[in-house]
Amino acid sequence: MYQLFGEYGASQTGLYKIAYDSTTKIAILRCHLNALDMVRAVITAITEINDKQVVLRVLALSGTLRALRKKLQ
Amino acid sequence: MKQFVDLHLRPNLGETKTIENTISKASELGYSMVGVSLPKNVKQSTRHLLKSYCDNYNLGFVTRVDLTPKSPHELLKSLREIRRKFEIVAVNCTTKPVARQAAKDQRVDLLVFPSINPRERFFDAAEGKLSSKANAALEIEMTPIIKLQGVPRVRYISCLRRELRISNKFRVPIVVCSGATDVSQLRGPYDFASLAMLFGMDSTSALRAISMEPCSIVKRNRRKLDSGYVAQGIHVLRRGKN
Repeated sequence: MYQLFGEYGASQTGLYKIAYDSTTKIAILRCHLNALDMVRAVITAITEINDKQVVLRVLALSGTLRALRKKLQ
Repeated sequence: MKQFVDLHLRPNLGETKTIENTISKASELGYSMVGVSLPKNVKQSTRHLLKSYCDNYNLGFVTRVDLTPKSPHELLKSLREIRRKFEIVAVNCTTKPVARQAAKDQRVDLLVFPSINPRERFFDAAEGKLSSKANAALEIEMTPIIKLQGVPRVRYISCLRRELRISNKFRVPIVVCSGATDVSQLRGPYDFASLAMLFGMDSTSALRAISMEPCSIVKRNRRKLDSGYVAQGIHVLRRGKN
């Protein structure tokens, strides 16, 4: 986030982690609606986490946690 | 239902496992058609193999060739030889004369500027004007945005921003594609559309660049390569006995 958009950009996203399941490796993140494209771009551009090569994908988007969990099932 | 197309996959054609993985991933990510970069002298067996992989995963297969000529003369010679053999012809514009010739020529579908060095990217206003008349589209690869970091990425994105401004001014179509050599460089169409906002594309244009624009180029060329095609607007529907 800092690399692509800097501190100013990061401050606009309101991004934080709601949940992470280590078995399925699925995370639920929340961000401001206005910053959705920005957050999505950041997720797409991530290629490494803790020196490990990774590829992150956005599986689903939703306005509510309930609808999101339903989609993920 | 939007049809998403990735016109530039570059798997190693010697590794069948990589090819199959890449194609299956593309299908899983939501693409309905993929273009695979093939050498000029590709064997029919390779084409059939790729087509069969695509059919297995319900993907349309588009044959593509990437030309890297050293001079305009070489470009014209290559186009004469290969135009009717491939559905998409892309030209890697590594020099200014080649870029100008490729932009002028109606046989060229995609203009590619592979260098990340701004001095080696020749898509300027003159190029934009020429390509808009000849219906050539500007191809933007997303893999460099993912792979590069720091100053090289900043330079690359600023080049793309400038080229986007020129394309919009002269109404040059833009095609967004992955340029992926393996599975790790593939992303979904909406993810690429989000990345495209980094260099100033709005979401509607970005989705158009990954769906409608490549679809229309493929459709247009398939019509031209059809055996019944005579000239623009003229098709043989039925032949008589005499």
